[in-house]
Amino acid sequence: MTINEMKPGETRAVKGLTAGGALGQRLMDLGFFPGAAVQVVRNAPLVDPVELELDGYHMSIRHDEAGHVEVE
Amino acid sequence: MALAGQPNCGKTTVFNMLTGARQHVANYPGVTVEKKSGRFSAEGRPVELVDLPGTYSLTSYSLEERVARDFILYDKPRAIINVADASNLKRNLYLTLQLFEMGVPVVLNLNMMDVAERRGIGVDARGLQEYFGSPVVPTVGKKGSGAPQLKAAVAALADAGPARAFAVDYGPLEPFVAEIGDLVAADPQAAGAYPSRWLAIKLLEADAEAANLLARHHPEAAEVMERVQALRARFETEAGLSADRHIAFTRHRLCADIFRRFVTVPGEKRRTLSDKADSFVCHRFAGPVILVLILLGLYQISIVFGGWVALQVWPVWGSLESFTEGLLPAAGFLDDPLLRSLGMWTVKSVTAILNYLPIFFLLFALIAILEDSGYMPRMAFILDRLFRRFGLHGQSTLPLILGGVYVGGCAIPAVMATKAIPDERARLATILVAPMMNCLAKVPLYLILISAYFADHAGMAMFFIATVTLFMALPVAKALSLTVLRRRESAPFIMEMPPYHLPTAGGVLRRALERIWLFVKKIVTVVVAVAVIVFMLINFPNLGRERLEDYAARRDAAVDAFMAEVDKTSFKGRIAPEDVLALVLFEEDMKSAKRGVSDQARADAINARFAEANPVFYAVVSREGKDGKALNRALKGVINTRKELRRNMRAERFEASFLGVAGRALEPLTQWAGFNWRINIALLSAFAAKENSAATLGAIYGIDGEGGGSVEQGMLAGEEGFTPLHALALMLFMALYPPCIPASIMVRMQTNSSKWMLFSIGYQTLLGLAVATLVFTGGRLLGLSGVQAMWAFYGLCVAATVGMALIPEKTARELSGPQTRQPKEGIAS
Repeated sequence: MTINEMKPGETRAVKGLTAGGALGQRLMDLGFFPGAAVQVVRNAPLVDPVELELDGYHMSIRHDEAGHVEVE
Repeated sequence: MALAGQPNCGKTTVFNMLTGARQHVANYPGVTVEKKSGRFSAEGRPVELVDLPGTYSLTSYSLEERVARDFILYDKPRAIINVADASNLKRNLYLTLQLFEMGVPVVLNLNMMDVAERRGIGVDARGLQEYFGSPVVPTVGKKGSGAPQLKAAVAALADAGPARAFAVDYGPLEPFVAEIGDLVAADPQAAGAYPSRWLAIKLLEADAEAANLLARHHPEAAEVMERVQALRARFETEAGLSADRHIAFTRHRLCADIFRRFVTVPGEKRRTLSDKADSFVCHRFAGPVILVLILLGLYQISIVFGGWVALQVWPVWGSLESFTEGLLPAAGFLDDPLLRSLGMWTVKSVTAILNYLPIFFLLFALIAILEDSGYMPRMAFILDRLFRRFGLHGQSTLPLILGGVYVGGCAIPAVMATKAIPDERARLATILVAPMMNCLAKVPLYLILISAYFADHAGMAMFFIATVTLFMALPVAKALSLTVLRRRESAPFIMEMPPYHLPTAGGVLRRALERIWLFVKKIVTVVVAVAVIVFMLINFPNLGRERLEDYAARRDAAVDAFMAEVDKTSFKGRIAPEDVLALVLFEEDMKSAKRGVSDQARADAINARFAEANPVFYAVVSREGKDGKALNRALKGVINTRKELRRNMRAERFEASFLGVAGRALEPLTQWAGFNWRINIALLSAFAAKENSAATLGAIYGIDGEGGGSVEQGMLAGEEGFTPLHALALMLFMALYPPCIPASIMVRMQTNSSKWMLFSIGYQTLLGLAVATLVFTGGRLLGLSGVQAMWAFYGLCVAATVGMALIPEKTARELSGPQTRQPKEGIAS
């Protein structure tokens, strides 16, 4: 399962990343690492992007990219 | 020293707290990333502090990170002050660990301590200091507290010299790091160039820039790289995960560990004020409404209210003009001395731009408020989906609004505001389409054309031109990003949404003034240079001798007629023929001195001054007695003749000038767009500033450019056979008109390349010409009226917009391509 499939309000732990390159590096730098808790806060008014809470701070990320983060 | 930190950690406030007003803003060489530096004194020793771009990490994937890293690597700061958000320490430490890795002494600055305290977060600064073996200093940048301690720590660190650097233990990877480190350090030349442990880690991370670095400095780079590849592969099979993952995850685990040991958090998670605000601001329905209200407010305050302020401030620029006028040699009857006409032209070009300063100031201040408050990422969040379909970015909203998404904006702040867009490709696309919006200066020409040719449909025509621009800009942006921008670097859209901040008046004011100053410095100097060139183009070559003699004869006739009247009155003998010009100028001076004076006492004082200066002239101008009245009538005749002669001469000179010749030469091409040479001249002159188009048309049709009404009538009378279709083509060309010179300069600054500036000018000219030709020639072939062609074109644009939206945008999969991807290829090509 990936973040992309989580519903707003749900919290799960990150399992792994399926992206390499710039995207993978960026995801890692922002704190997506195995065990980190991530909550889907809400979708944007046009559904994409999605707002997440990761370790106490908020970020928005496109669904395309959120699909590269696997969760438990 | 360097100041490093992640975005939204309050780095700017710490920078301001340390350096005060002693700052200098420039760009890092070769890139558009802003480089701020400042000075302060730490315990009596002078320190130069460079503000590095805010970055989450120090990889070579993003421009900012490369810039920050290269500065540490090549400029070798004595120490780094690492600003970290104390309320969000876990993530902030991730950068701290990497800074330690680079082998430069680090002072860890725990900023925003007040926010942490408010949220009940406790940070054990002393414990951290012992753990890292480096100074840790808490501050509240906003209030300036902790500055002396931070300065003292910096001074102490500089005295101590190189200290034992804190190193992350990478566990099973350590033997690999050690082996590569030894290989790297084996060469004495390479060993001195960079910290070997850092380079070894970067090579194992498969960092593309690190490989280049090695190739540049190490004689056996190929062998080392081969070994690195082999070790990477071995580690991956042994550990079951790639070395770069392992490195990043280890750092994160260490951050979490440090966080657990030295930071106490309140047991229950409280919903912060920011979260509550976000449930409205980012709400599915309320969010867009709030967005529209904010943008409307921005428009009302900056453009509407700012326009009013500009009008109030105008007398300042006006008096600058009259002041210069007074310094320059006096006007002639027909021709003014070159020094005067060139001087006035230049001053007027500058005041035309300065006139916009109040608008810009308000805009810059409002943008600073939006930026500081944290609203910008929310705006991007709400609109990203829409803009992404067109190769743009959620952050493209503001530049397009500033450019004039409806009517009234300016391309200069629009292009300036693209700085915030993190995605290089979308940023360039935004820069390239922002000048297509309806800036304030395009409006006069629209108004002239609409009231001359679409008088019955004025409201509709205005709506058409105000909205069609967006439907042209969006498909063009998509087309550009699919073609010329295809190879540009694109960044994943992952944007932090920081907690809301109340912007401080000082911070906003400082930023607005900084940007205004940058604008004045860069733009105004260029405008002066360009004004001189344009002046030459529209004034030379001069009229032939025959034409000049003809004008001189008409001047002499007017003077003679006046002298004949003089001889009939008591002024006979007191006014000589050579006094006539002086008398005309005397009348002009007196009129301008009394302009706007309603107070009787002041008017009397002015009268007395002029009466004293020249009693004879004064008697004529103020119609003293029967003779004075009679002669005043004759004087009015001379003044009108002079005006008419000067106007005709100007129009004629215009036609004969280099620009006029160019306008004629272009006619065979532009006739398909419905432009004759007169229109061509007006359009060419608009390149300096678009307001010129209306003024030039006025000059060509023999009307002074004041008041739109007269230009329309002049145009209707002067252009027989001109139809609404002609007007429509012209309006569309103006909409797509290339950025004016100041905006082009801004494009150059923001893209850091003259090539993009020229491209921006060239493609918009061609596009404008193509659209105008399509509408004019197409409309004529189909026998469409102006209004029919207008809506047909509107439909075409909407269809193009929808069509372009359906072409799928680049997906994340491309971004996540092979790990060896050279991130710089986009820049090199």
